[in-house]
Amino acid sequence: MRELAASVITDHVAEMCFDANIYLGDDEFEALKRSYEQEESPTGKEVFRQLIENVEIARDEQIPICQDTGFAVFFVEWGQEVHLTGQSLEEAIHAGVRKGYEEGYLRKSIVTDPLYDRKNTGDNTPAVIYTDLVPGDKVKILFAPKGGGAENMSAVKMLKPSDGEDGLVDFVVNHCKAVGPNPCPPIVVGVGIGGTFDRVAVNAKKALFRSLGKPNPDSRFADLERKILEKINDLGVGPQGFGGRTFALAVHIETYPAHIASMPAAVNLNCHASRHLERVL
Amino acid sequence: MEPKRIQAPLSDDDVLSLKAGDNVLISGFIYSARDAAHKKLIELIDQGKELPIDLNGQIIFYVGPTPAKPGQVIGSAGPTTSGRMDAYTPQLLEKGMKACIGKGLRNQAVKDALQKHKGLYLAAVGGAGALLSKKIKKSEVVAYDELGPEAIRRMEVEDFPATVVNDAHGGDIYVEGAKAYAR
Repeated sequence: MRELAASVITDHVAEMCFDANIYLGDDEFEALKRSYEQEESPTGKEVFRQLIENVEIARDEQIPICQDTGFAVFFVEWGQEVHLTGQSLEEAIHAGVRKGYEEGYLRKSIVTDPLYDRKNTGDNTPAVIYTDLVPGDKVKILFAPKGGGAENMSAVKMLKPSDGEDGLVDFVVNHCKAVGPNPCPPIVVGVGIGGTFDRVAVNAKKALFRSLGKPNPDSRFADLERKILEKINDLGVGPQGFGGRTFALAVHIETYPAHIASMPAAVNLNCHASRHLERVL
Repeated sequence: MEPKRIQAPLSDDDVLSLKAGDNVLISGFIYSARDAAHKKLIELIDQGKELPIDLNGQIIFYVGPTPAKPGQVIGSAGPTTSGRMDAYTPQLLEKGMKACIGKGLRNQAVKDALQKHKGLYLAAVGGAGALLSKKIKKSEVVAYDELGPEAIRRMEVEDFPATVVNDAHGGDIYVEGAKAYAR
């Protein structure tokens, strides 16, 4: 059995918190540059010009890409041959978040109690952590700082199986139309289909961790991703909602088997700074 | 389309000369305030008490910046979603505020109040916090320091880029823009 010290997890998590908020991934940056070239609306083009310059300033001067440095969300795939020593996984991750957000001058955006006190916890903990036990002796950590503006524009709908593809497409496209400029377009659209009420939402979130524009491995769902993306962009909402060709950069679908009576669907959005990082220890 | 340069604070003539879709570059002094500061300002107005800032002609920027690093004027400083301020905005316009900068949709009450009180709703590019921080030349907390990122700051800006979303004549670029590019 492989042993892994909790402090190793903490150090990696702290670095990931900083890096994800400062350096935009190449997949995202390339998409912004491509969209700048393709955008027909002059104001839309100016938005892309500012977004590209913003990424460069963030990188060169180590200023967060966005002031909303997010809720720290983790998906951990823990190889069951690995034994963690020193602390619990949750404690190790929280220590990393604390360190990363404090030393990195990132904004602390979490409040204690959602309804009554709403007092800032001061260190951006707790994080949201999903852990899966998997075969093997490796640990994979996926991290995304999830901004509140885009997160607030999420939706779950318990569709009927008879709603079919058209019902699913209408739900996603109409939802994007309704939220329009709020989630800071150009957006990345995470879609969950199938599973239970809770699982479908987690899958919509997990879809946002996929490398930008990498299609679903099932060609039917890859086609559906393209179809929904085209319909969303045909709304004309454009970058920041000022009108233009690019409302969304990508649609990612994640599926799970469904109950005979159900076809749940969920939409979780990211803004153009679709920040996510992955490390294998 | 060349951006129009405007100087804050704004006059009624400044406001009336701009229309939805215009790109502007703002220079001068503006204030930051978001959810918690708005709530406190409205409580004072409701109690008939004096506000910590004079709103006449002012622009309010909905922002909660990241902490400034040593030597920095301000951390990353992009706009937050404006809709959460809808409940408060008409009263601030009544008190003399001339414009607010955020991102995203406003409700009808805000749009009506912009026409009634001659005001503007501007959007800066959401998620361009690093770029926008470079347009802020000075920043000092003038009220509610205890609110941290939500404190009210007086900020000197130079060529701060924004787009007019809702003007004082009923124009709305979110509606007009999408209509122009829909297929």
